[in-house]
Amino acid sequence: MSHAMIANELSLRFAGKQILDSVSFEIQTGEIFGLLGPSGAGKTTLIKILTGQLTQDSGYARLLGKDTKELSAFEHEKIGIMMDSFGLYDRLSVYDNLVFYADIYHVPHKRIADILKSIDLYDHRNKAVSKLSKGMKNRLSLARALMNHAKILFLDEPTSGLDPVTTKEIHAVLTEQRKRGATIFLTTHNMFEAESLCDHVALLNEGEIIEYGKPTDICRKYNYLNKFRVTLKDGEMVILENSSASALQMKEYLEKGVIEAIHSTEPTLESVFTQLTGKELDCYE
Amino acid sequence: MSNIAAIFKKQLKDTWGNKTVLIQFIMFPILTLIMNNAVIIDGMPENFFVNLFAVMYIGMAPLTSMAAVIGEEKEKNTLRVLMMSNVKPYQYLLGIGSYIWAACMIGAVVVCMAGSYKPQERLYFMMIMAVGILASLLIGAAIGIWSKTQIMASSVAVPVMMVFSFMPMLSMFNTTIGKIAKFIYSEQISIMLNRINSMHLEMDNICIMVVNVFFFAAIFTIAYRKCGLE
Repeated sequence: MSHAMIANELSLRFAGKQILDSVSFEIQTGEIFGLLGPSGAGKTTLIKILTGQLTQDSGYARLLGKDTKELSAFEHEKIGIMMDSFGLYDRLSVYDNLVFYADIYHVPHKRIADILKSIDLYDHRNKAVSKLSKGMKNRLSLARALMNHAKILFLDEPTSGLDPVTTKEIHAVLTEQRKRGATIFLTTHNMFEAESLCDHVALLNEGEIIEYGKPTDICRKYNYLNKFRVTLKDGEMVILENSSASALQMKEYLEKGVIEAIHSTEPTLESVFTQLTGKELDCYE
Repeated sequence: MSNIAAIFKKQLKDTWGNKTVLIQFIMFPILTLIMNNAVIIDGMPENFFVNLFAVMYIGMAPLTSMAAVIGEEKEKNTLRVLMMSNVKPYQYLLGIGSYIWAACMIGAVVVCMAGSYKPQERLYFMMIMAVGILASLLIGAAIGIWSKTQIMASSVAVPVMMVFSFMPMLSMFNTTIGKIAKFIYSEQISIMLNRINSMHLEMDNICIMVVNVFFFAAIFTIAYRKCGLE
């Protein structure tokens, strides 16, 4: 499988602050890659470098095999971007916003209806963008990114501030895009989203990647406690160590048939992040 | 070419909801129609209001519209998204510029029709307007490119626009202003429109207009190189 994107030792300093510090990762074609981190970690800056909007001080990045400093219209035609600031025309209707981008990408207008239906905005197609809720604007911004059958989708906080139902709908669209073969680069500070959606994730903190890999592998790597939580039928909760003594205890429970549920207690990405950075969840948006 | 047409089309749709820009396009043509028909003063030169408002229209509408549109697109990040969507900066500027030029030319037709001109004079009138609108577009684009927001664009565009729009009128009352005003394109347009009956272009009119257009083109190039469209 080929690489859709490569970042190697990317560094950027701005106004005396290190925004990115030797950031490296590789993204295979057709995978969903999640860049996780709190606000101000450098996620949007990294997207800007990867899409050629910003130039790094050192290191290199390649997108579809080409240096991001030299991206041309040819590569831009193959990427779709959803920025956190939307970039929509407020006075135009939902439909007219997409008509404009369909014309830019030379896409038949009939595709607009299909996209609007897939993100549940079809009934709002004649509404002015200024009248839309944040969730609707988010979906419209995603629709625009999907317009050109992009090979790579850059999605900056695609579900930020959205209700669970809309979030689920957007996840379904992203999964559909992966099936189609698109590579998705998304930034999020929603660790649950990253765990459930991404093939690989990188945890970014203060411009530095502090962990990188498959979500399950990362969680397993930091499973220092290695314990099991057993809930008994009488409501009692018992924590068992991963030891021979616990095996005997477990055997006894099984023989008596008193077990209601067994859970492993491996950490979540969220707890790994907190563990590595010492930052509490409160500091997230 | 198709991208330029798409931007032109988008801007046409957007204008109907953009009162700031829309009013720029229609205010002076309507004022010209009203004033030219309603105010008749003994001894007033022929087509006085037409010439006066034509110059104001040239100095005001293209300059402020161009600056406001680019400033707003930068502020709302629509321009950034557009630049990431296979649209080249020149295509964007040509799309927006050609739209504003065309809209102003329609306004110029209305202004021209309000005056009592012979067919050849109308053609001459429209040619002068076309060049004047182009000069204003260049300086408006430079201001838009230099500005980060629409408010910033307007705060620069308004005083610049006032200089170009009102200097020809003020030069009628003050010789010192007249001496300065003769170096700006709007004053030259005013002179040419006032001499429209003779259909005669002086060399110094042409030279000053050409120098103005080149000067604005240079300012636009500097602004673009320094700020780009981001």
